[in-house]
Amino acid sequence: MSSRSFRGAMLLGAALCAAVAGSACQPQSDPSSKTLYYFTWSDYVGPELLESFERQTGTKVVVDTFSSNEELLAKLQSGASGYDVTVPSDFMVSVMMKQGLLAELDPARIPNARRLADGLEKLPVDPEHRFSVPYLWGTVGIGYDSSVIPTPPDSWAVLWDERYKGKISMLNDQREVFGAVLRSMGHSMNTREPAIIEAAKAKLLKQKPLVKTYTSDHFDQMLVSGEVVLAHGWGGPVARAMALKPSIKYVVPKEGATIWADCLVIPKTSRNKELAMQFINYLLDREVAARTSERLLFASANREAKALVKIEVRDNPAVYPDETALGHLEWMMDVGDTLRLYDRAWTELKMK
Amino acid sequence: MERQRKRGARSVTGSRASPAGVRQAGWLLAPALVWMGLFFVLPLLIVLLISFASRGTYGGVEWTFTLVNYRDLVDPLYLWIYLRSCAFALATTGLCLCLGFPLAYYIARAPARWQGLWLMLVLVPFWTNFLVRTYAWMNVLRADGLLNSMLMGSGLTSGPLDILYTDVAVLIGLVYGYLPFMVLPLYATLERLDRSLIEAARDLYASGWTVFTRVIVPLTKPGIIAGCLLVFIPSLGAYITPDLLGGARSMMIGNFIQHEYLVVRDWPLGSAASFVLMAMVLVGLWGYQRAGGERPL
Amino acid sequence: MNGPAWRRRGLLAASLADVLFLYLPIAVLIIYSFNAAKLATTWQGFSLQWYAALARDHALMVACQNSVLIAVVSTIVATLLGVSAAIGLERLPWRLRTWLDGALLLPLVIPEIMMGVALLLFFVLIKVPLGLLTVTIGHAAFNLPVVMVIVRARLRKLDPQLEEAARDLGATPWQAFRRVTLPLLRPAIIGAALLAFTVSLDDFVVTFFTAGPGATTLPLKVYSMIKTGISPEINALSAMLVVASMCLVGLSLLFQRKASHV
Repeated sequence: MSSRSFRGAMLLGAALCAAVAGSACQPQSDPSSKTLYYFTWSDYVGPELLESFERQTGTKVVVDTFSSNEELLAKLQSGASGYDVTVPSDFMVSVMMKQGLLAELDPARIPNARRLADGLEKLPVDPEHRFSVPYLWGTVGIGYDSSVIPTPPDSWAVLWDERYKGKISMLNDQREVFGAVLRSMGHSMNTREPAIIEAAKAKLLKQKPLVKTYTSDHFDQMLVSGEVVLAHGWGGPVARAMALKPSIKYVVPKEGATIWADCLVIPKTSRNKELAMQFINYLLDREVAARTSERLLFASANREAKALVKIEVRDNPAVYPDETALGHLEWMMDVGDTLRLYDRAWTELKMK
Repeated sequence: MERQRKRGARSVTGSRASPAGVRQAGWLLAPALVWMGLFFVLPLLIVLLISFASRGTYGGVEWTFTLVNYRDLVDPLYLWIYLRSCAFALATTGLCLCLGFPLAYYIARAPARWQGLWLMLVLVPFWTNFLVRTYAWMNVLRADGLLNSMLMGSGLTSGPLDILYTDVAVLIGLVYGYLPFMVLPLYATLERLDRSLIEAARDLYASGWTVFTRVIVPLTKPGIIAGCLLVFIPSLGAYITPDLLGGARSMMIGNFIQHEYLVVRDWPLGSAASFVLMAMVLVGLWGYQRAGGERPL
Repeated sequence: MNGPAWRRRGLLAASLADVLFLYLPIAVLIIYSFNAAKLATTWQGFSLQWYAALARDHALMVACQNSVLIAVVSTIVATLLGVSAAIGLERLPWRLRTWLDGALLLPLVIPEIMMGVALLLFFVLIKVPLGLLTVTIGHAAFNLPVVMVIVRARLRKLDPQLEEAARDLGATPWQAFRRVTLPLLRPAIIGAALLAFTVSLDDFVVTFFTAGPGATTLPLKVYSMIKTGISPEINALSAMLVVASMCLVGLSLLFQRKASHV
């Protein structure tokens, strides 16, 4: 008897577990219902813009967020489904295309994609825009404090200047860091030559004692607080730092630098492709795009949007690069198995 | 003698060794075993298979059987990463024990009514987001941060200490992050400590230190071991703290595995590295047990 | 002899130093939640704007709710299963127990990212749609061993003869457990559950991989803000969370005291 009551208690416990676990389960999306699942970087879409789309179409948009391209890929690669629209960066679009993770777009349904800014019309990873449409774009360059560095730098060489020892931050991103040093040596940032990668590593090892920190996340804060006076980084965060400290400036070095674009894509597993394309078209509308560009301080891919952007944002070289800078930008490409070499060199840089 | 007493206690009771006792134990264990079997062992088997596969050109998994991933890990560069991480994890565990023991002891000795409050006091800081906390630490440790202003204001130092982006900052961050993992198991065993044993030792004129090493520590050994495990193991795999507080100037195993899985998209190598880490920890525990230490649990 | 008093004071001082250490960054983040600037490095004047923004941020509130729901449910599951397993283990014959002890430690040893990827692949394989349920299952799985380790540490110091004595006096095993063992385990169970709740509330890696559409938690939200700058709204939210939990603790203490007076 005793053992039976004991067993009963265990069963009760198990039932309770099942019940609470069940209560945590949300009703899953119904393919026929008009709900759009948008998987994006945080803050990439203003709530008022979303509401307006919901009102226009009588649908509901559920936003979920990711924090890096790599996480997004891992998620989609495993076959996880449910998202209708997402925003990988250009080099990740190419990986996703090669892995067959993306659905083909219908140009007729995305008329706004015809108004792309110069330089974005033929994205090397997807020149015909069969799978992706650029949404926001920008450059990688150097943010610097002009009150400390009187002569405006125009070359990557300034990041090797002994005078600024301990006042330099580099991105914590192997491809970007190698990209900067490769360009400074006059090579393509997508080189697959082992000897060149080796030479680049040697140059980075020489720079390491000067670097305060490798970070992709808070170089803007460090520029403002004065912890660093030179920061290798994306234009958007540097533009944010400028708003707080006017002496901060941004330059795209003359040897050339990375151009990047975050692109709108539809995962193959989406069950709502029609609505997804409608949503993509909405995000690329020039009014919507202009507001987004102002808020995030990234350039909009819609060329008509630039005219509608506030003048101080439009004229900021950290947001909209000038003509000379545009001339020597390079797209980051997938380097296939050469990535191993970069990885090895990066690990050695960190461990020495 | 202590060990003998315990082993004796195990076999004394009828319900333990008897078939009925075992059956009962089975029922008690079943839910957890089923849960872990389904949501831990099965998923892990998938990854184990992956660790013997190879990386596709674009980062997928190619299903060929190979030992290359494990062979690749035998490399002085990677060994150095493992060693460095172990050193950090050991230092973190030691510091957590030193800081956590007095606190756990104090909580366990406090009136029952206050114990809950103290436990909450220890845990509430960790209900704020990890990243936000880490950024707050960076504000504290910066050259013109809170700590340096306090040190310089009080005249303890003349110039700012460069703590942020050094190994010291990493250690501070790790100790901070894992301190509760030490305090809670210690508290759970200390609370049960028999005071009369301490009194007896004192009556026999044992010094404070002798009482601590000869009475308190042996009696709370399970708690100490549990706490050390809960701190050592996760701090071995930490990766955000070293990146943010250490300035990402070097790598720990956690960074390496994260990097292989995500950036290089080499799931096979990342999985192999994880299994090597697992094997290292398990061999360490086993060796400890063989060397005459108590069972880890 | 004033030894004990002196010792007590030393202990109190050490404990207070620990608490100061624990709250130093919390104090900083609460101060910065009143900062007018968007970046947390410079002080630009007092402002309540982040609290106002927080009140309007529906998405953040939903993420917060999800986090708490997942933490509560996974803690309940992990605690029930973990405590029961810890007791069960204690009753097993020695050899079997040693073996299982090691096996149940494994989840503590594997790197989070591998656990995340493994669970993701598993759920996709068995075609369970990702969502709050899968996140909760994952959290319960990594919290179960944490609960077990703590409860086991305490069980080992319990005298098994206490329960035996109760049985000899005619108690059923259930009664003996409920009246004798359970009260003795209480501090360990409470501590373990609190720790499990805390770990779940703050987990990012496993959550990211097991979350599906509509299951964004607070850490997912915060980590994804890295690209566009972590908003001080999060500081405001953290500050409110800390203050609210402190108030709750204070209130419960007040009630306890009243109850004990009556």
